[in-house]
Amino acid sequence: MNIIVCLKPAPDPKHWDSIQLDPVTKALKREGIPSVLGPLDKRALEEGLRIKEKHGGKVMAMAMAPPSAKDNLVEALAMGADEGYLLSDRAFAGSDTWATSLVLSRGIAKLGSFDIILCGSYSLDGSTGHVGAQLAEFLGILNVTQVVAVESIEGGKIRTRSLVELGYRILESRLPTLLTVTREINTPRFTSLLGVIEAESKPLITWSAADLGISADEVGFKGSPTQTGGIFLPEIKRQVEMISGEPEEMVKEIIRKIRQALG
Amino acid sequence: MPADKLDEWKGIWVFTEQEENCLSEISLELLSAAKILASKKGETEISALLLGHGVKALAEQLLVYGADRVFLADHFSLAKYLTLPYTRVVCELIRRKKPEFFLLPATSLGSDLASRVAARINTGLSAHCTQLDINDQGELMQVVPAFGGKVMATILCQNHRPQMATVRPGVFRRGEPRQKKGTIEDVSVEIKLEDENQKVVEIQWEKKPMQSIEEAEIVVAGGAGIGSREDWKLLERLAENLQGAVGGTRPPLDEGWIAESQMIGQSGKTIRPKLYIGVGISGVIQHVVGIQDAKIIIAINNNPQAAIFQTADLGVVGDFRKVVPLLIEELKKRDNPAP
Repeated sequence: MNIIVCLKPAPDPKHWDSIQLDPVTKALKREGIPSVLGPLDKRALEEGLRIKEKHGGKVMAMAMAPPSAKDNLVEALAMGADEGYLLSDRAFAGSDTWATSLVLSRGIAKLGSFDIILCGSYSLDGSTGHVGAQLAEFLGILNVTQVVAVESIEGGKIRTRSLVELGYRILESRLPTLLTVTREINTPRFTSLLGVIEAESKPLITWSAADLGISADEVGFKGSPTQTGGIFLPEIKRQVEMISGEPEEMVKEIIRKIRQALG
Repeated sequence: MPADKLDEWKGIWVFTEQEENCLSEISLELLSAAKILASKKGETEISALLLGHGVKALAEQLLVYGADRVFLADHFSLAKYLTLPYTRVVCELIRRKKPEFFLLPATSLGSDLASRVAARINTGLSAHCTQLDINDQGELMQVVPAFGGKVMATILCQNHRPQMATVRPGVFRRGEPRQKKGTIEDVSVEIKLEDENQKVVEIQWEKKPMQSIEEAEIVVAGGAGIGSREDWKLLERLAENLQGAVGGTRPPLDEGWIAESQMIGQSGKTIRPKLYIGVGISGVIQHVVGIQDAKIIIAINNNPQAAIFQTADLGVVGDFRKVVPLLIEELKKRDNPAP
């Protein structure tokens, strides 16, 4: 079973306050801000490792990110991935979900055959939730979004339980299939010291746009169908009436306000 | 490749969702959104796409709620949503009819379909729009919370068509029903081999744990300031006494105190209740974008500097562990007046 896990290293939310916007390109300037793997990325990887432990095969971790994201792939290797692939090139900067999915699809095509691709349902930063299904489209395979459980894999088919608005859907899909996972699917394992040591000897390969046969026009700002037209700070303000003091007095005020709301 | 002859693309399309022969609320909300855009654009036709089996009556309903035309693809293979057959039908229609704007619900299935369609058609897609507008060039301005809602970004799709956006439930209100007018156009559906590769084994409807937060008139929400499961129960009791629903921010979801469907904000639900009470919520923008349309906002927090107070109508600076139990007692008294 060849399992590919796509990871999206994103700036550490602890540092989001120091992110600046480039006034010209409208891109986010994130130099000096460390990137981390999001909680859903780790769950995607964990699920890949569990499938491998049950059905055999290997787990390949892939990310499209700046060179500094190597550390995040090392973390994935330390958790148990067998190989790491970093797709990194200046030409990729500014890619929207369409262009990002295109780059990932070329990276995966270069790897050759695969049975299951796993992604987080949403990235930590953009949170569009589009890349999984778009990547599946570019690869011409099936996809299931918002998977909460992999119920079985047998006879070339995978049975999944996934989240919809008012419940769950049990789907049976022929492999290869791409799954995007939610936080309910598992609890990711901790990285062991042995894992960290082993990670050093595992392959970690970087591919550029040229390695993937991608021209600069296809990706990045040029290749992205969407453009950012403007950035503004949300202005959400009300005239607040502040109260403090004895709880009894405050409760009276709250009740008055509740009446006003419902009246 | 960008689309050529951009002026050939006309009209606003809305993808409408149905489940078990019921239209979802968001479908009607999207028709309202389309109507607002159409009035700004001038002389623009609104078309609704409806896929399913035995759903003609729903198509009639869409005409009542503002669609000028319904494209109805009625086929047994479309009875339940599946990515590939739905994508194929929608993409074929887009290629034939060339809509300028295409709005879809930012639900699980709507987002799945929108992503796949945009990739296949080679066009842009913006996610979870909180506002839609039209600029001087007649292009769709899609406002999305960017980077965890820290900033808002206007997304444009200038050289590709259609201009596609998903809109979260609750952002627009459904319109009033009107005298039915417009036409229903049947769309032919062809079954392909790829459709056999995936099937729905079962759909399990979850009994709603309580009133859903989008429909509730009163919502009590908690945040990171609620330290324990025990304290969380206080919020549930408060909601119970107000006959409201309980929601929360990301940390209570991570703790497992609320379900995904109860999360309010950028990556959760947008709500517009009459009364919102936020307890132990600091007021990060991701959450605030989801509550800004509430009629009255009461915030309880022991930190007078908490950002949520800027968005509140009443700011209560104090320990919720003292205030909330008292408030519950007071509400109980009022419900059971002494004889």
